[in-house]
Amino acid sequence: MPQSAEKVLDHNELFKQPEYQDLMARKKQFEDCASADKVKEVEAFTKSWEYREINFKREALTVNPAKACQPLGAVLCASGFEGTLPYVHGSQGCVAYFRSHLNRHFKEPSSCVSDSMTEDAAVFGGLNNMIDGLANAHALYKPKMIAVSTTCMAEVIGDDLDGFIKNAKQKGSIPEDFRVPFAHTPSFVGSHITGYDNMLKGVLSNLWAGQERKEGAAINVNGGFDGYCVGNNREIKRLLGLMGVDFTVLSDPSDVFDTPADGEFRMYDGGTKIDDGIAAVNAKATFLLQGFSTAKTGEFIKEKGQEVVAFHNPVGVTATDAFLMEVSRVTGKAIPAELEKERGRLVDAIADSQAYLHGKSFSLFGDPDMVYGLVSFLLEVGAEPKHIVVTNSTKDFETKLGALLEASPFGKEAKIYAGKDLWHMRSLLATEPSDFLIGSSYGKFLERDTGVPLIRIGFPIFDRHHHHRFPIWGYQGGLNVLVKILDKIFDVLDKDPKGTSFDVVR
Amino acid sequence: MSALRQIAFYGKGGIGKSTTSQNTLAALAEMGQKILIVGCDPKADSTRLILHAKAQDTVLSLAADAGSVEDLELEDVLKVGYRDIRCVESGGPEPGVGCAGRGVITAINFLEENGAYDGVDYVSYDVLGDVVCGGFAMPIRENKAQEIYIVMSGEMMAMYAANNISKGILKYANAGGVRLGGLICNERKTDKEYELADALAKKLGTKLIHFVPRDNVVQHAELRRMTVLEYDPESKQAGEYRALAQKVHANAGNGVIPTPISMDELEDLLLEFGIMSKEDESIVGKSKSAA
Repeated sequence: MPQSAEKVLDHNELFKQPEYQDLMARKKQFEDCASADKVKEVEAFTKSWEYREINFKREALTVNPAKACQPLGAVLCASGFEGTLPYVHGSQGCVAYFRSHLNRHFKEPSSCVSDSMTEDAAVFGGLNNMIDGLANAHALYKPKMIAVSTTCMAEVIGDDLDGFIKNAKQKGSIPEDFRVPFAHTPSFVGSHITGYDNMLKGVLSNLWAGQERKEGAAINVNGGFDGYCVGNNREIKRLLGLMGVDFTVLSDPSDVFDTPADGEFRMYDGGTKIDDGIAAVNAKATFLLQGFSTAKTGEFIKEKGQEVVAFHNPVGVTATDAFLMEVSRVTGKAIPAELEKERGRLVDAIADSQAYLHGKSFSLFGDPDMVYGLVSFLLEVGAEPKHIVVTNSTKDFETKLGALLEASPFGKEAKIYAGKDLWHMRSLLATEPSDFLIGSSYGKFLERDTGVPLIRIGFPIFDRHHHHRFPIWGYQGGLNVLVKILDKIFDVLDKDPKGTSFDVVR
Repeated sequence: MSALRQIAFYGKGGIGKSTTSQNTLAALAEMGQKILIVGCDPKADSTRLILHAKAQDTVLSLAADAGSVEDLELEDVLKVGYRDIRCVESGGPEPGVGCAGRGVITAINFLEENGAYDGVDYVSYDVLGDVVCGGFAMPIRENKAQEIYIVMSGEMMAMYAANNISKGILKYANAGGVRLGGLICNERKTDKEYELADALAKKLGTKLIHFVPRDNVVQHAELRRMTVLEYDPESKQAGEYRALAQKVHANAGNGVIPTPISMDELEDLLLEFGIMSKEDESIVGKSKSAA
């Protein structure tokens, strides 16, 4: 056997061994596979214009949507509050998926429980699961707050979270005054960003209930569903700290998804303090850094009487300028010279690399805010967006992105494909390739099939480590994004070692 | 404008819920109330008498055509009928497929998010049959209907259903604000019907709001897809519905947490009024020829 305890081969090597190669060849024969020529022929057909037209007529099938389901967002949002246990009312398998998804991206454990609804709960309703589940979760994991979301199963049978939680308290599962914010998160509606929005609104509704708002000088900041929350939230805190602004980050998972390896397991770490969350109702304004992904929460905050200032993933000079100037306007604090220097350095870096960026075409896929922020940055550096696929698009997003593209000479070639999936993107890249593709790790299959090089920016990033630890917001973040893009551009140039321009200097 | 009143009509299938509710709401509209009817029945016939037609454009049928509920506009589904009563039907799947309860949840969420409740005095939900799943209980959740009116008759199964619905209300009433507004007896001309209905109401801890006598004019109006209020406003029956509407209107905040009874107690009630004779164990399970 090729595998031995002395020298363990990982699967990359193991399956190249003759035993496995032989086994796979026999399997192919046994299954009567189509000939290699036929496979090639079909593959070529799927990359033709003819197939693209058929592909875009597709109605009843989605292939590789660039979105995930609602409770994933709810769990990420809930994880950002102090001592808060995300609790999903519904099936256990769904929760295993949320945990592994977050875990694969952040390379950190994700603590999250389900109340394991099974056949009987589907028939009789999940009230008993809620009663037992809250009691167990409270006793075992000693959270300060439990944030409940739902899987599709609970939603289809119409379980009423508000009623169930009140019933569980009456039955003594948890103390009467224990906070249990909740959000209905049916995944057949919207996507993970909708779930994030619903949960943020749910938590704020709970924390702000019964309070009379007394406006103070502080501001709130929320990052929305953000795979870079570890790096981004720390960067935002640094920026606001430099400006001397009094602020609260609403939902801050930057610590719980980046705990140090010092021998102590932290089930909960950092996060928005419950008391700060309660006091946040008195803030002067709330800054939503991913406004498309938190639209409903924005409405809710406005109704409470606060100003809401929305951004869309502020990547680059223009977007960071706008963020800092709005903070300055609302708080009256000046932007310090130190930040002006940082800005100048980013402008300098962009100018240094301008010749390599100008006129390059980029296709993008991802969440609305992510794509908007990246397009804004590309236009800023003279790159040209091309195919833009956003599966979980909204009308508001389409209008705003359309206007952004319209306003720039570099946006003329771009086309927005709202509601389309990555199989559509494959057809687009095969028939009208762009120079580069920007998106999550799922883009690697497109890169393999079409040869368009992938720059990994988005969520999830499973196959490259630690990207989430570095910000993409602020001037520092802009620099990170710039370098990610440039590195790929230079890698591609260097792929032609026989060329006359295999230069050591670029 | 006074605070929004949200009420719901529940009851056994075929009991005359939709007829009773539409006539009552037409009478309320006559009193100057601005009304929105939300039909929560896949048959989509809760607004037929107000609109003079069965609503074709239900929330769910349009959502199915458009691809998703988010693609709908309120104007697409909101129809205006007799005396400016606004009407929406949730719609739902054909019998035997899909999930009608989920349809009710989807439709009501859509209406709330799109401001369908703005500027009305009354929202009335017309809900099919028993409380069969969480979806059909949607109108009795927190912040929705404050009072539930159960339409019933003196028939055993209608009373059974009324008791069951009370159990559903009880489940939500302890944790929330929903209350039983009362029973509405739709006369079927069974023996001692009024007395039975009244007795059941007392057992449930509520009252018989109104006893609606049987009158053929209701059928005549139905055939013309009209409420009695519109078809024959001078008729005695129209007066009955006006009286019912007055009572519902005056009943704000008077709802109770129901005290549902057991099946045995329900049978005892029928015994008490001589509808059923005392159970003779020797006859149970014996066919006519064997006896």
